[in-house]
Amino acid sequence: MAVTATDGFIVRKRSTTITTLLPPLSVVPNATCAGCGCVCDDIELQHDGRSIYVAKNACERGEAWFREQTVERQSSEVLLDAAVEAAAEILHAADLPLVFGLGDSTCEAQREAIALAEQLGGTIDTETSLSHGSMEMAAQLGGKITCTLGEVKNRADFVLYWGANPAETHPRHFERYTLTTTGKYTPSGRADRTLVVVDVRETASTAEADVFLRIRPGQDFEALSILRAVVQGSRFDEAKLAATGLTLDQLRDLSRRMKKARYGIVFVGMGLFQTRGTFMNCAAVTALVIELNSWTRFISMPMRSPGNVSGADAVLSYTTGYPFAVNFSRGYPRYNPGEFSAAGLLARGEVDAALIVGTDAAARLPQAARDHLSRIPTITLDAKPPTFTPRVHITTAAVAAGTVYRMDKVPLTLRPPITSAAPSDETVLRLIRDALAKKSAWYPTAAAVMPAK
Amino acid sequence: MLRIQGGTVYDPANGVNGVVKNIVLDGGKVVTSGEGGRTIDATGMIVFPGGVDVHTHVAGAGLNFARSMIPEEHRQSSPILRSRTKRAGIGGPTPTSFATGYLYAGMGWTTVNEAAVPMLTAKRTHDELHDTPIVDKACCVLMGNNELILDLLERGEHERAKQVVAWYLWAAKGYGIKVVNAGGVAAWKWGKDAKKLTDVVEGYHSLTPGAIIASLARIIDELNLPHPMHLHCNNLGAPGNVGTTLETMKTLESHRAHLAHLQYHAYGGDDWESIRSDAPAIANYFNAHKNLTTDAGAVLFGNAITLSADGPWQYLLYQLTGKKWGNIDVENETGCGVVPYVYREKNIVNAVQWATGLELLLLIDDPWRVALTTDHPNGTSFWRYPEILQLLMDASFRKEEFAKLPEKARSRTCLADLTREYTLYEIAILTSAGPARTLGLSQKGHLGVGADADVAIYNAHKNAATMFSHPRYVIKGGEIVVEDGDIRTTPESRGFITKPSFDPAIEDYLRPLFQSQYTVAFENYPVEMARIPRPIVREV
Repeated sequence: MAVTATDGFIVRKRSTTITTLLPPLSVVPNATCAGCGCVCDDIELQHDGRSIYVAKNACERGEAWFREQTVERQSSEVLLDAAVEAAAEILHAADLPLVFGLGDSTCEAQREAIALAEQLGGTIDTETSLSHGSMEMAAQLGGKITCTLGEVKNRADFVLYWGANPAETHPRHFERYTLTTTGKYTPSGRADRTLVVVDVRETASTAEADVFLRIRPGQDFEALSILRAVVQGSRFDEAKLAATGLTLDQLRDLSRRMKKARYGIVFVGMGLFQTRGTFMNCAAVTALVIELNSWTRFISMPMRSPGNVSGADAVLSYTTGYPFAVNFSRGYPRYNPGEFSAAGLLARGEVDAALIVGTDAAARLPQAARDHLSRIPTITLDAKPPTFTPRVHITTAAVAAGTVYRMDKVPLTLRPPITSAAPSDETVLRLIRDALAKKSAWYPTAAAVMPAK
Repeated sequence: MLRIQGGTVYDPANGVNGVVKNIVLDGGKVVTSGEGGRTIDATGMIVFPGGVDVHTHVAGAGLNFARSMIPEEHRQSSPILRSRTKRAGIGGPTPTSFATGYLYAGMGWTTVNEAAVPMLTAKRTHDELHDTPIVDKACCVLMGNNELILDLLERGEHERAKQVVAWYLWAAKGYGIKVVNAGGVAAWKWGKDAKKLTDVVEGYHSLTPGAIIASLARIIDELNLPHPMHLHCNNLGAPGNVGTTLETMKTLESHRAHLAHLQYHAYGGDDWESIRSDAPAIANYFNAHKNLTTDAGAVLFGNAITLSADGPWQYLLYQLTGKKWGNIDVENETGCGVVPYVYREKNIVNAVQWATGLELLLLIDDPWRVALTTDHPNGTSFWRYPEILQLLMDASFRKEEFAKLPEKARSRTCLADLTREYTLYEIAILTSAGPARTLGLSQKGHLGVGADADVAIYNAHKNAATMFSHPRYVIKGGEIVVEDGDIRTTPESRGFITKPSFDPAIEDYLRPLFQSQYTVAFENYPVEMARIPRPIVREV
């Protein structure tokens, strides 16, 4: 049978010769996908209890994400016990252990990881510090003006992506939330909206744009600040404008479109998180958006990914007060990006043991940080084999039941139809905590952590 | 089994006013008698039912949004060190989730009502409340700007609106219904507000805030919910808003309603220069209308975080302060704004606010109908309640504090003329028996047989702030959770949920609207029961 786009992706082919002998597939409507920050919850799955065969409505990323979900080979419980004990031993012996990753874990697993880091007096950090953490820091400087994605769907007539390529990183963003979707006050969908993309090169997303502004690399802060000046009608340095690669006419046109909008949104992508300025780039977005609220309603939002990195921000914030880069070595949460971010701690060689949850997280670290991971005892938890050789690797379920947060921090429930034979991150983290609890415990004393002034 | 022997008991719900009597607790309840177990010698001590907070913000998307924005506040706040019984955390203006449980229990409070839950993100509110130990919780869910409901009200479809309200309440696993700046938050999504009850709400043809308030109050009464409409009136914080507040109270004459943080709604004057307290006008009307309850929303000087679903007000406050501004618009339902704020004694407006909260607490004659709150974290943090109790119980201390205000502010309030001093019996009503009754929680706020075994035991002390800051023992569900100023155990708390009856056919009406207006599937929207530990479901 030919597969059309509306059938969704065939995640896995069934043996065609014996199809008639196979039991019919079970159908799961409205399944949730955490393949990226979109966290679509309209996927229709067909499965046989061991593997997923069809994921209707899913994109390529979603297809890959569902394909990973199978009943894995049963691992030996003896081996799991030994691995958990070895992990606990390494972490217990360490002076400054690091727990890192968690972007693909459920909130329930993240909760366990925080409890573990606290129990160890260690540091916990997530993929946030490598990406939209810049946006969190900007919020700490000046605030954050945001919304849930349904406001974009229902209301936004002006959509700007800056340094983002959603067509590839968040494939259903346009279709479900921002562009072609129709909403309460956007009955004509695409026709009701203006799409502007600012990027350093042409991408699959710029091809969709009404206006594509090509900016020179590393000029985001300057361009955003000059745009704000144009919106305000205040002065700016024309030489600085020329350096951005944009013209005054382009910025005037953009400013006009923004002011004219009924409800506008700026989505902020990796381009701003990874270039010179990081959190100041994001602060420039916030300042622009605040300025635009004197004219009309304007909003901004970072393009969070992987699937549940937003959940990690939320669970860390309610437990510790801080969204990422949290250290417990004084027995209470302290925060300092850079000082307590995984990349910095590892690159400076300060960490003497690491627990990486989701090995993609390790792959995203800079080279100097990855080098240190191979020098110290490292434990990895992942469904996939690690890309380097850790001291202990525990295979966990690719996807487990629990809570994930969409990129706009709307919580959704994951109910995978396939129960993996491998334990979940949550379970393994709890087992490590239980194993640690049997060893000598560390408790801070007020005198030790807060010396008298 | 736990016996509290020889304490001086204040149990207003049962008319017990400072009587030396024994209280016996067993199976998490107050019982008539029992043998064995531990005995607490409470001779000379004051025994209260555990405190109940009728209006606080301790969990959820908005509060957490605030938490993540203010590291500079956390760094100067009291740390909570990890110990054998406590998780690590931070105190300060917005304590972390575990710390919130310890700090409430640490002053004798054992039940809290989270007063503003966006339903779309209610799952996360319940998850955070799960990690807020010891205290039992209820939630009020936000409906006063829900466009699905507003659209029905504009079309005059009362019966269907009632079904939708009931469906939502159960879907979100809420306990009561909150209305914030009716129509104003929906208008804010177009950059507007709704300050007057008679103005048509932006985006609608005939719907007014007054009509939204009256309709929802009627629906809540018809659904027979245990807690009345929990209302944050329109025009919060503005000089001269007393007119809007009085008009709102008149709109509510034939219904029950709880007016939240009344202090923020009791100002006279024309602008920020001439702002004054109009608490007497509010209190006079309120005293004569028994259908209403309220909480103070009192203010203390110092750093605070203002946090409200009232998006347009928070934007104005940002413009006034020039500090950080946080805003979240929540699709179809509500919004949220966050602005850090400092209440300064020498600032005329802040001084007037400080006096207005106290005036209301002293001028409202029936303590059963007014509860102690600071609209945490807006007026100040909840852990400063004991300071307010001292101001209420000690008129000479109050006079000293009043004298510190600027002359200009002192002339804008009648606080100097008020000599009333709250008695311990009245304080037990204000902090426990009254709010429990307002919430409709019959097992809370008293020590009669069958009540939940939640008890606060204080060493008698002439300074109320000292006394209420440091209970000698706090008992929750029959377990000693605080003893000698330390957390001894952190029992899992309970969640109160209301299940109103509704016609299941309403789902056929809602499903296509979810498809066209929401970004989550209808089937995925409701909060699963498993998220609420040890739920207590009230079917109505």
